[in-house]
Amino acid sequence: MTDLLTVEGIDTFYGRSQVLFGMSLSIRAGEVVTLMGRNGMGKTTTIRSIMGLTPASRGRIGFRDADIRGLPSYRVAKIGVGLVPEGRQIFPNLSVKENLIATAANRNGASQPWTYERVIELFPRLAERSGNMGNQLSGGEQQMLAVGRALMTNPHLLILDEATEGLAPLIRLEIWQCLERLKQAGQAILVVDKNVGALTKLADRHYVIEKGRVVWQGNSAELQAAPDIQHRYLGI
Amino acid sequence: MLLLLFEQFLNGLQIGLLLFLLAAGLTLVFGIMDLVNLAHGSLYMMGAYFAAVFTQWTGNFFLGALLALPAGALLGIIVEVVALRTLYTRDHLDQVLATFGLILFFNEFARVVFGAGGMAIELPSWLEGQVEIMPGLPYPSFRFLIIVVGLGCAGFLYLLVQKTRLGMLIRAGASNREMVGALGIDIKLLFTLVFGLGSALAALAGLMSGPITTVQIGMGDNILILALVVIVIGGIGSIRGAFIAAVAIGVIDTMGRAFLPNMLGSFLNPSDAGTLAQALSSMLIYILMAAVLVLRPAGLFPAPGR
Ligand SMILES: Nc1ncnc2c1ncn2[C@@H]1O[C@H](COP(=O)(O)OP(=O)(O)OP(=O)(O)O)[C@@H](O)[C@H]1O
Ligand SMILES: [Mg+2]
Repeated sequence: MTDLLTVEGIDTFYGRSQVLFGMSLSIRAGEVVTLMGRNGMGKTTTIRSIMGLTPASRGRIGFRDADIRGLPSYRVAKIGVGLVPEGRQIFPNLSVKENLIATAANRNGASQPWTYERVIELFPRLAERSGNMGNQLSGGEQQMLAVGRALMTNPHLLILDEATEGLAPLIRLEIWQCLERLKQAGQAILVVDKNVGALTKLADRHYVIEKGRVVWQGNSAELQAAPDIQHRYLGI
Repeated sequence: MLLLLFEQFLNGLQIGLLLFLLAAGLTLVFGIMDLVNLAHGSLYMMGAYFAAVFTQWTGNFFLGALLALPAGALLGIIVEVVALRTLYTRDHLDQVLATFGLILFFNEFARVVFGAGGMAIELPSWLEGQVEIMPGLPYPSFRFLIIVVGLGCAGFLYLLVQKTRLGMLIRAGASNREMVGALGIDIKLLFTLVFGLGSALAALAGLMSGPITTVQIGMGDNILILALVVIVIGGIGSIRGAFIAAVAIGVIDTMGRAFLPNMLGSFLNPSDAGTLAQALSSMLIYILMAAVLVLRPAGLFPAPGR
């Protein structure tokens, strides 16, 4: 099976300071892959590079048949990458419903596209909040809204950056269950998170990064069997 | 007395609505793209010139106006694509300097193309007269038309911004431009559309004030300053704020000029009262701006997330 996303040896800078040093990873259709590492190792930067928000200056980023390195972020989103960004970034001055439908699209002709109704079914909590403004929601509700908003673009690949950070345990559980359902439905997902326990249950493969490059990769069984890796690179 | 008050209120409303048409485009452009565009007043002037030329050409004010609107929008889009796109990433001072250059360019352009003398816009005769809007209150027909059109545009903009997909994107863009792009929206195209819309509104304001004043070089410069005051009071990026602030400024300014001399005259001698009233009424709106900014530094209705 061919890769959905291939990142090959990218270097990314913020101004003069280099953050990614030959970062590589790949995701196949329907796969759930994680990106782990301590604070400041370059996980968000990898995602920003894929999205074209902080363009990589070297290397290759392929998505399906296209070379997407250097494309503006709206074109990356259009060919099928849905972003749930770090910090959620809900539009505070739009209502819940407007947050979902403002950027909705089915550009790739999904046969069962995500609609407002289906997102509400996935996150029933949002139903009673549909008229509220984005900034009136709790952190957990904002997170659900951010996931719903990305799903409404009907992406081939969903990317989540720290989707459970700062949430109460019960809300976290709800987010993990939602991701599990999406996986069952065949959605490819790239997850950045620090919760190794939940990730080994959910994901197929893992990348561990340090200082902008991959230092370990493997499947869930391999990660569970490697406490030294967890200790050394994830601080567990 | 009451009728006079009401008539002055209508005059203020009419000026306020013209101001709103100008300020609406300005505030959207400032709100979404964080661009200070001083040349907005030039688009107002060019709209008036377009209307004057097209009215002469077709012999009909309404046909002239109908042609001037798309011409104004097109001119705005050209200015945006050719000149302003390079300025988004620059700081506000660079934007002020560059768009000030555009003002000089357009004033000179008007001098060369349309002549230094200014142009008049001929109204159809039925608009030259008065209508009786209330028993015993005749009011100039054309000014009344301006009020109707201005309120219509305000309603249209309200629906556009609050109820349509485009409006949602405009509001979302004003609070988090990067995220709108990351969700698949070409923010540059969105902005070009908004800019074209703002230019058409500026042209509309210009062509409606043309028959009252005359169409002349630099006619957009003074009103631009008022429009900047309006968007600062209203909150940058907010159409609602621009509407309220524009009408308030129009009414306060007009009422001040009309009634201050008499009010002061009751306890000062007439010539002192006259000078003081004149000074006070031209300061009134700036006093209002200062007062609003003390209470609400980001204006009445700031777009959240800025
Ligand atoms: N806008 C920026 N300008 C300059 N340096 C930045 C910027 N954003 C991040 N960095 C630096 O780049 C490095 C990688 O940051 P990044 O946000 O990718 O880390 P991360 O792995 O996502 O961390 P976290 O777990 O804290 O989210 C850090 O050293 C950070 O200080
Ligand atoms: Mg991060």
